[in-house]
Amino acid sequence: MTETVRYIDAISSVLRQEMERDDDVFILGEDVSYGGPFGATAGLSKSFGPTRVIDTPISEGAVMGLAVGAALSGCRPVVEVMFADFVTLAMDQLVNHAAKLRYMTDGQLSVPMTIRVQGGVGGGYGAQHSQSLESWFLHVPGLKVVAPSSVLDAAGLLVAAIRDDDPVIYLEHRGLYWNRGPVALNGSVTPIGSASVVRPGSDVTVVAASRMVQIALSASEKLAAEGIDIELIDLRSVAPIDWETIEKSVRQTQHLVVVHEAVVTGGLGAELVAGISTRAFDVLTSPAVRVGAPSTPVPASPVLEQHYLPTVDDVMAAVLETLHDRQGRSTDAS
Amino acid sequence: MGVATSAQPGIEDLEAMWRIRAFEEKASELFARGQISGLLHLAIGQEATAVGVCGALKPSDKVFSGHRPHAHAIAKGAEIGRLFAELAGRRTGYCGGKGGSMHLAAPEVGFVTATGVVAGNLPLALGAALSSKRRGGSDASVAFFGDGAAQTGLFHECLNLASLWQLPVILVCENNGFAEFSPLSAHTVVKRLADHADTYGIPTETIDGNDLSMVRPAVVTALDRARNGGGPSFLECLTHRLRGHYEGDPTLKRGAASRDHEKDPIQRFTQLLRDTSQGVELEAIETRIRAEIEKAAGDALTAPWPDRDDLVTNVVTQP
Repeated sequence: MTETVRYIDAISSVLRQEMERDDDVFILGEDVSYGGPFGATAGLSKSFGPTRVIDTPISEGAVMGLAVGAALSGCRPVVEVMFADFVTLAMDQLVNHAAKLRYMTDGQLSVPMTIRVQGGVGGGYGAQHSQSLESWFLHVPGLKVVAPSSVLDAAGLLVAAIRDDDPVIYLEHRGLYWNRGPVALNGSVTPIGSASVVRPGSDVTVVAASRMVQIALSASEKLAAEGIDIELIDLRSVAPIDWETIEKSVRQTQHLVVVHEAVVTGGLGAELVAGISTRAFDVLTSPAVRVGAPSTPVPASPVLEQHYLPTVDDVMAAVLETLHDRQGRSTDAS
Repeated sequence: MGVATSAQPGIEDLEAMWRIRAFEEKASELFARGQISGLLHLAIGQEATAVGVCGALKPSDKVFSGHRPHAHAIAKGAEIGRLFAELAGRRTGYCGGKGGSMHLAAPEVGFVTATGVVAGNLPLALGAALSSKRRGGSDASVAFFGDGAAQTGLFHECLNLASLWQLPVILVCENNGFAEFSPLSAHTVVKRLADHADTYGIPTETIDGNDLSMVRPAVVTALDRARNGGGPSFLECLTHRLRGHYEGDPTLKRGAASRDHEKDPIQRFTQLLRDTSQGVELEAIETRIRAEIEKAAGDALTAPWPDRDDLVTNVVTQP
């Protein structure tokens, strides 16, 4: 049965359902028994107790590694990283261990763990509590990375992540937590590695990730009024990327714009544009355009924060550029 | 091999030490001849800690090693032939040639894995211990690491967690007095590394790690603690590496000085057995094992190489 719930409640409900379904699923993180800073794990400690909702010291590296060790031993830990920025403290365990143990042991070991990472810009949290680091993870073979934008996929991708036999980084944008949307909380899975066409269209393909999907959707609606028909794709899965869906769309529209909240330089957009250039160069009639953050740390001031974030106008400008510039000039909207 | 539970080591332990010594000397020889490549960190001179610890474990107890892992894998019961094949990059190796010396894994005998990142294996061992505890089992896990690991942040995070959650883990510090090329004194003013564990409320013991007859009972005590809900233990085994940090190490040319000979754990345990055992032909052990090692090495070097297709398998779960 479909109901309308908040994004954060979908996360909480799926955690509960998967813990009920499988005794090997347990949660580790800072203050998780209290629900964490935003309430994603609220109420779970009361139901499952301290052996399955485990509060940890502020020891990100050891906690990540401990979860890897538990996953190697048949558990399915779900680690909560309170802010994406703190993953930097656990990168050795994530990159050198979780991601590589299956390969280094030629499949003798697997690491079925989920890493829930809260991040994104909003609230004036500043440079160390606002980053989007998905391109770091995309670069590491052995990691799967998902970034749900809708309530439906927040549920479906979390089910998929917990049941997956590889380490899956599940990126939550705190700016989405209080969005409401329809979802059937019945264990439905959104497959990892599949993008979805949010809005079909014929003029320009816009690929957006996480919270930028709603910005891109607003831009699409405004452009529709001007007679420009956007096909909007919600990437959903950062690794692996669903090239088939994106290529199919670009072959139809012949134009590509990519939108993400992270810094443009060396980002997810670069990978998407390069991948499509390789696959569908023959149909592109103008340079693809990336929309993202400038190469600065995330500022704290609410005014500067708004300058930092890609806007509806930025996306519209990028679309117009890609439609009108057929001279091959660099048109990156960073 | 690998399953003795007695607090007193015996002839099978001498055999295990010879198996490690002969394996590593052969590996060194093959490396010098260019027949195996990679970064080869040998534990020649440190065999008593590996055998003293692993010989007391059950097959289901889990061992996590570091960048110097051959001795631990062999002592836990890994097959010599598949280990040589892994060092030689062959398809028949434990990891199909993808792991190499620093990433050996033989989970079927409880040698879960090794890691090339100093202290990187400590949290893995804690996780296995947490898993055992959650399932109400009696299995313990063991992390081997050197004195260099004690200066990492991860080491301290792990001591704290192991103690806080009373995990059934044995932290075995093989203190050979050298972190890579540098003496321990260049890296810390702490004289006794076991003091770190003491700070976190973990029972510690500092022992002569080159004396098998001291290592084994210390491990049996720690295991008893782990299996009966008593939480973690920290063993600081003072040992002595007879080779450089790795094969080809440019800074150390430690020959077999007379004091080295006195510290050699195999010589010491052989002498102990001579003094206490009657009518056992101890010299024949070395000869027999060296022949076994020669054959295994020869077989490994003629084993098939991996195929190009193997490059891309087991990155993630195969669909």
